[in-house]
Amino acid sequence: MTMDYKPAIHFKHVHYSIGDDQILRDITGSFPEGRITTLVGPSGAGKTTLLKLCNGLLSPGSGEIYIKDQAIGSFEPVALRRKVGIALQSAPMVSGTVYDNLSLPLELQGNKLGEKAAVNLLQAVGLDEKYLNRKVADLSGGQRQKVSIARTLVNKPDILLLDEITSSLDRTSLKEVEELITQINRKFGTTIIWITHNLQQALDIGDFTWVLMDGEVVETGESDLLRDPVHDRVKLFVQGGAE
Amino acid sequence: MTYLTLSITLIFVLIPLALSKTLNLGLERDTIIATVRSIIQLLLVGFILKFVFDSESLLYIFLMVTLMIVAATQNARNKGASIRGITWKVAVTLIFVEVLTQGILIGLNITPPTAQYIISISGMVIGNSMVLSILFLNRFTAEVESQQDQTELVLSLGGTPKQAIHRQLITSIKASMIPTIESQKTVGLVQLPGMMSGQIIAGADPIQAVQFQLLIMFLLLTTAAVTSVMLGFLSYPTLFNQRMQLIHKS
Repeated sequence: MTMDYKPAIHFKHVHYSIGDDQILRDITGSFPEGRITTLVGPSGAGKTTLLKLCNGLLSPGSGEIYIKDQAIGSFEPVALRRKVGIALQSAPMVSGTVYDNLSLPLELQGNKLGEKAAVNLLQAVGLDEKYLNRKVADLSGGQRQKVSIARTLVNKPDILLLDEITSSLDRTSLKEVEELITQINRKFGTTIIWITHNLQQALDIGDFTWVLMDGEVVETGESDLLRDPVHDRVKLFVQGGAE
Repeated sequence: MTYLTLSITLIFVLIPLALSKTLNLGLERDTIIATVRSIIQLLLVGFILKFVFDSESLLYIFLMVTLMIVAATQNARNKGASIRGITWKVAVTLIFVEVLTQGILIGLNITPPTAQYIISISGMVIGNSMVLSILFLNRFTAEVESQQDQTELVLSLGGTPKQAIHRQLITSIKASMIPTIESQKTVGLVQLPGMMSGQIIAGADPIQAVQFQLLIMFLLLTTAAVTSVMLGFLSYPTLFNQRMQLIHKS
């Protein structure tokens, strides 16, 4: 499916285990550069682990991962994580205000985020500037996810990994975030890898999709494969809809 | 105090025994064991100290201090069992604190380099450092466990392990130092320190006893700060691997 596209990330026979528990098994495949690929599959399929491997939060037990043809192990970890940004599923926040969180990526580099840039980021994710000085403890789940996305964008990553970032959003916010991610992809050519349980979302905004089950990639291809999957297991999963 | 007078003080053991028996607390056995152990241990230490003080041998002083550090390390390390190499980290911290404090006290002629002073003060410093180590390790391991998301967040944004663990480290250092600072705030108002009371009972001039107590309190403040900070900075790197990843316990 992805042969015509240059890979942004390529997995080659990647395995990952925790103790005796095999989380990912023999993962091979590419995420095309500049495109949106969704990762779908039941809970516990290994999707989050796969994203963390791309960002360098985890390393494979065996096999190799390449970022634009360069072995991931040859990247300096800090540089890799700024290049390949991730918005984590739980949208963890550091205590303080929304601004403190938005400024965090730059503070880690000894800089500060300008107020105007912070407001622009907030507006980009559909939050009013009045939220800038709001305590993160007072935010709803959806607002936290929006701040989390905005914070990940501060590093201007080439590759953006999104772990179920719209799961706590209402329909309007969901559409806003989908729009934003699509814009980032189209405008900056950012490669997006997006875990979602929402199959309609995968069809609507994803160019490609990977279906993971029990730590294995069962099916990959253009997102339309979700309309008519080849494998019986995927058919069953798709018929069940989002979990 | 004669041994006869001392034996009368066992009344203070009989009271909790009677209460335990009456209220079915089931603490009789533990109370008796604790009493017998404290009598044997303290008398033994008393005889050993008398022997060491009389001999005035540097070797015996060294052996006594070493024994204290080994026992304190053994006790404190259990609280940080999940941290790789915790035994030597605690031992190095205790040794450093001991050398630092004795170095200042003896080097600046604050206390004489005699067995009485070195062993007594070492006991207080090492004991306090051990308690601080336990408090710090207890809090730090709990913080690391509960704040795993935060640590991973900072790493994922391109932070270093030191930046990722900074908040948990500072919280743990502060939490472990609070008891020392708080007890110093109320000293003399709420409680009279045991050492000072002992000196006064033994007939020392109260002002002299207070001066010495102040010295010990300031010493313990340094002990608390150095122990927490040093143990913290020795411990946190072992939570990460060379790829700056948080090591997950499988």
